[in-house]
Amino acid sequence: MKYIQDIGSYFLMLKKVFGSFTKTSVLRHLIFKEINDLIISSLGIVAFISFFVGGVVAIQTALNMDNPIIPDSLIGFATRQSVILEFAPTFISIIMAGKVGSFITSSIGSMRVTEQIDALEVMGINSLNYLVFPKIVALMFYPFVIVLSMFLGVLGGWVAGVYGGFTSSSEFIAGVQEDFIPYQLFYAFFKTFVFAFILATVPSWQGFYMKGGALEVGKASTNSFVWTSVLIIAANYIITQLLLSS
Amino acid sequence: MIKVENVHKSFGSEKILKGISTEFDRGKTNLIIGQSGSGKTVFLKCLIGLFKPEQGRIYYGDNAIQDMDDEQQRKLREEIGMLFQGGALFDSMNIEENVMFPLRMFTKQKKADMIARVNEVLKRVNLENVNKKFPAEISGGMQKRVSIARAIVNKPKFLFCDEPNSGLDPKTATLIDTLIQEITHEYNITTIVVTHDMNSVMEIGEKVVLLKNGKLVWQGTNQEIFKTDNEDVTNFVYSSDLFKKIREVQLKEG
Repeated sequence: MKYIQDIGSYFLMLKKVFGSFTKTSVLRHLIFKEINDLIISSLGIVAFISFFVGGVVAIQTALNMDNPIIPDSLIGFATRQSVILEFAPTFISIIMAGKVGSFITSSIGSMRVTEQIDALEVMGINSLNYLVFPKIVALMFYPFVIVLSMFLGVLGGWVAGVYGGFTSSSEFIAGVQEDFIPYQLFYAFFKTFVFAFILATVPSWQGFYMKGGALEVGKASTNSFVWTSVLIIAANYIITQLLLSS
Repeated sequence: MIKVENVHKSFGSEKILKGISTEFDRGKTNLIIGQSGSGKTVFLKCLIGLFKPEQGRIYYGDNAIQDMDDEQQRKLREEIGMLFQGGALFDSMNIEENVMFPLRMFTKQKKADMIARVNEVLKRVNLENVNKKFPAEISGGMQKRVSIARAIVNKPKFLFCDEPNSGLDPKTATLIDTLIQEITHEYNITTIVVTHDMNSVMEIGEKVVLLKNGKLVWQGTNQEIFKTDNEDVTNFVYSSDLFKKIREVQLKEG
């Protein structure tokens, strides 16, 4: 029963987020701030993880190729497919659920505990629009993070493959270009947008409706990570089933 | 003026407010007092519209808040200033931005004019050279004063204060009380203060309303509170040793 109430309250929250808009000049300032907090500040960790995971994918593929008939270009092909289809959009989103999601929940939760949200409401401001809408807009720039992740993942695979002595540069690049299907990029970016929306709204819901004190803010952050990850994984499965299976 | 008629509020099966009716006068500091759990804060949140009463009406002037649509309620809230128990300053903004916030949201003033108004109200609450500091960098008493400055910067008609003295030393608490009363008279606004601090009652209680178990059990002035024989009042007022001794002296002196 509680889950049904929670789902209902999540959708009611979304309705309020898009009602009664905050003054445009204030909203613009908030959106730039959120882009800095949620997108720009995540670039470092995303770049680091993507580069090294791309490298690991290339090495793992190379080490598991013991049949001499399989060409070395498969290393580039496998790296591209793994990074573009799953690693960059899905697993970076789960990492972001930990980094950005916890940040959103704890910052909104702290505002709830310290009555800052009540202060907004008393002033006649739609606090959900003021707090959540800029986050949704900021995370619509999230695909740029995923583009960076895709590029650095493949680059990491190239560096590990070529400088690790597993393949030549030309073989790796040939593999990356092999059987390229542009629709798969559409699939990857479509789900990236869905994940961005989940990343902005689920942690906001967790923070906004939390009750209690500092301890509960911590619990809400943990719940936020768990539920955001679960929803990303579930959405990933549904989108994959709908867009790729025919 | 704010008029309250038969306000009831429950949370689940628990009845918090049980039919409160009273009036709060303009240009006066009106105090809502009572023990912890008596329903003071819930009553305050009903008054400012954060909670919706199940029954009863709250009038701001001639208009009941229950009859107002969302836009009218939003307009009304622009006329309300609120001092929260913990200050409720926005952590991510410096003092100047905090105080300027209502002006940015509700007016079309130029930035220079807004800064001039911010400096004016900060000076009014005896704070200067703190504009660029963040709330975490100033003391609790200073935070309360900044919160008062933010509450009055847009010249409200109604000022609500939730336990303005909590967590403050007696001297700072007196300063905050005096400031609230001075501002009330200066701007001729309707001020409602929720407190359980008897010093506040003595200093600024131009009208005092006592709540007990969600019911209004007594109302009068701070002068009358020491003269009444109402048992609930005497139980509340003389629960501290200091006031008990004052009472004993008063009785001895006839």
